[in-house]
Amino acid sequence: MLSKLFKFHGGVKPDSRKTTSNQRPIERLPLAPQLVVPLHQSIGGTPRPLVAPGDRVLKGQRIGAAEGPVSAAVHAPTSGVVRAIEERTMPHPSGLPASSVIIDADGEDRWIELEPVAWQSMPGDELRDFLRDAGVVGLGGATFPSHIKLRPGDKPTHTLVLNGAECEPFITCDDLLMRERAAEVIRGALIMARMLRVERVLIGIEDNKPEAVAAMRAAAGEGVEVVAIPTLYPAGGEKQLLRVLTGVEVAAGRRPVEFGLQCFNVGTAYRIARAIDHGEPLISRIVTVAGNVESPGNFEVPIGTPIDALLAVGRPRADTDRILMGGPMMGFALPTTTAPVVKATNCILVGSPSLLPPPPPEMACIRCGTCARHCPADLQPFELYWYGRSHNFGKAQEYHLFDCIECGCCSYVCPSNIPLVDYFRYTKSEIWAREREKAAADSARERFEARNDRQEREKREKAEKLAAKAAATRQKLAEQEGEAGDDTAAKASSPAEEAKKALIAAALERAKQQKSQVKPRNTDNLSADKQAEIDEIDARRAQAGADTTAPRDTP
Amino acid sequence: MNHSPYLREARSVRQIMLHVLLALLPGVLAWTWQFGIGILVQIGLASLTAVAAESLMLHLRGRPVAMYVTDLSAVVTAWLIALTLPSIAPWWIVVVATLAAIVVAKHLYGGLGQNPFNPAMVAFCLMIVAFPALMSQWPAAGLDVSQQLDLIFGGHRQLDAITAATPLDALRTGLREGGADARVAEILQGSAFGAVGGRGWEWVVAGFGLGGLYLIWQRIITWHLPVAFLATMAAISLLLWGMHPERFASPLLHLASGGTMLAAFFIVTDPVSGATTPRGKLVFAGGAAFIAYLIRSFGNYPDGIAFAVLLMNICVPLIDMHTQPPVFGHKRGTR
Ligand code: SF4
Ligand code: SF4
Repeated sequence: MLSKLFKFHGGVKPDSRKTTSNQRPIERLPLAPQLVVPLHQSIGGTPRPLVAPGDRVLKGQRIGAAEGPVSAAVHAPTSGVVRAIEERTMPHPSGLPASSVIIDADGEDRWIELEPVAWQSMPGDELRDFLRDAGVVGLGGATFPSHIKLRPGDKPTHTLVLNGAECEPFITCDDLLMRERAAEVIRGALIMARMLRVERVLIGIEDNKPEAVAAMRAAAGEGVEVVAIPTLYPAGGEKQLLRVLTGVEVAAGRRPVEFGLQCFNVGTAYRIARAIDHGEPLISRIVTVAGNVESPGNFEVPIGTPIDALLAVGRPRADTDRILMGGPMMGFALPTTTAPVVKATNCILVGSPSLLPPPPPEMACIRCGTCARHCPADLQPFELYWYGRSHNFGKAQEYHLFDCIECGCCSYVCPSNIPLVDYFRYTKSEIWAREREKAAADSARERFEARNDRQEREKREKAEKLAAKAAATRQKLAEQEGEAGDDTAAKASSPAEEAKKALIAAALERAKQQKSQVKPRNTDNLSADKQAEIDEIDARRAQAGADTTAPRDTP
Repeated sequence: MNHSPYLREARSVRQIMLHVLLALLPGVLAWTWQFGIGILVQIGLASLTAVAAESLMLHLRGRPVAMYVTDLSAVVTAWLIALTLPSIAPWWIVVVATLAAIVVAKHLYGGLGQNPFNPAMVAFCLMIVAFPALMSQWPAAGLDVSQQLDLIFGGHRQLDAITAATPLDALRTGLREGGADARVAEILQGSAFGAVGGRGWEWVVAGFGLGGLYLIWQRIITWHLPVAFLATMAAISLLLWGMHPERFASPLLHLASGGTMLAAFFIVTDPVSGATTPRGKLVFAGGAAFIAYLIRSFGNYPDGIAFAVLLMNICVPLIDMHTQPPVFGHKRGTR
């Protein structure tokens, strides 16, 4: 019955410390008076706002429409009035603000009319558009719009994997979700399995969550296998989990679907079931509050709720020195707790100097290789560290810097307390910055060359047209002359004169137009008549050529 | 900037070094038991010199002295130097050797983590080149305390009665003096030899082996280096012994003599100057054992491990470069 399990290299076993927050059932958080809903809550395009300040909105109403090929909608998490659409600080390491819809809750929490979806009779594209418009994104942290991953690939997908590993210490939101709402998680998995036409569904859960494993097994039906996997951080990394469950290693830069696999977080499966069975968009999520708090637990939180509201329930202790979003291994310190809970917020971890002690001073690398022994990506972190430090970016990439998943195992075990992951993040950003600069320079050069080419071509076309026109005029003149016989010469000169005038006028007109379009070149800033003069000369030269030879190359 | 992970569970460098010192203890105790307290005096001298030199160099280089001295890496180097030099060598030999290791081989190359050569082996090579005679006088079993102290600190050295060559040295000398008639088996009847290796040395070797297993168990070192070292030494000596048993010593003698065991678990395992990848470690230790055997059996020095290790140190960048393990998802057969 049990699948054979595979191992990934390395990993670490931090004390999972999950028992503080998983003792209580999921609770609802009291509704905050004001919610801040960032428009950009998924990978991809920023949704376009559908509301304006002053608008009344209902709970579940779409307030931002997906924009671009990769994007997902956002919704009002409660009923109320749109106060503003403005920049607010995001729960992001940078602390940079992003455009958000500010909603004053009216306290009624009134739903918009919801309708379940007849998904089994619906064409796949429509169903995926529905999920996009329901704002369903990956809740494991990556927030990739789920509908995109639900498009069957060119190659058939054979296995759907649900990620319930939850390998980060302290975090228990998926644990509680699986314990309490297993049926809906399984339901979501079955819907996705149908959409992807997969043969089997594997659900991986670390064996430190026996209650969740039992609940999921009880709910799982035919074709769904709930697998208890060994507790080893980072077993919940997508690629590590796929490796453990299927033996397949998906290299950096490649996608599981290329191997016939697809992977979703259990929370995402739950939201898909809610969206399809109830028409309910993704407007809340479960967030763990843990660490140095009096009252740890899991809470169902409307998106946009200030993190402060969660802290008010959790009650940080006096020696709290920072608040993290995410777990201690891959989370980050929040620049401010006024930032809202977003779709990516799985945990608010309250730190203290004793709980998350500051690292001892960094010492020299002794090349002991401990980091390499624990790296789940099979990298040699100390080599990356040496090359990164000496700005030898080529070598760092040769040693697969970009295969690093920033799991933190190496920093976790380094006896010299070297913050290796910090170095890797820095080196990566340096390389990106350089590539951007180079790309910018390249595209500027390309733009410049393209414009040069265009101008050349335009000039040539113009000259050819003029030459043809002049040739036609001359032909006509000659014919007229022939017709007129020995009619006066004064009369004959007149149309020739006129043709010349027309030519000049046309050239002037073109010169004016060109000037308004074209950006600097050495011939820029010529006066209109000077340009006309040049054009005339060009035309004449072209005419001389056109008389004897065919145009050199037709564009 | 994100600074995760916020958790750590690392053994500090100091803890690692303490484990190494602990692992050396059985061998040191066996040594003391078999050959007297001379070795303890040498270890003490070397340690004091190392700590003083380390502190001075850190101070001169503007590094945090207390933080780095207490990492105990200099003390480990000191112990290894003391354990590779003859334990009745005059006091200044060990002092000069330790100074050379800490000042030149370690700090002039940039300090902990930067030195391309194993400091203890640099020291050993310098000494054996500069003072070959003093470096080949080893204590005979059963010297009393005052004799040993007199040899270390006193001026006059009446040697014959109280010193001996190492088993390997005795064997080489025996073979050379005996010329074509010499037979290994006969030489092994001599007083320098015990049941398996040199008399008394069997215990020391066992002690180091025990300590080495402890290091593997504690995950301070991996099996690759010692296994490759010992296996290569055994294989090549078995080959030559099998062909000419009268000219070459048995694998057992090679494994149980000289610094073989110490080198396998404590010298080639120096992380800083050694290879780091699993396959690289096999190449590094195997190469060191191979060269050491050649020098031992065909060269002029009592033991060749130190030179072999330094030679392999030079090759480390090359070895590491060519033995990089495949990265996740890039392995053959998993595409
Ligand atoms: S664990 Fe730290 S000291 Fe050891 S090799 Fe890696 S970076 Fe260097
Ligand atoms: S952070 Fe990167 S280098 Fe360090 S262990 Fe994880 S994958 Fe390996």
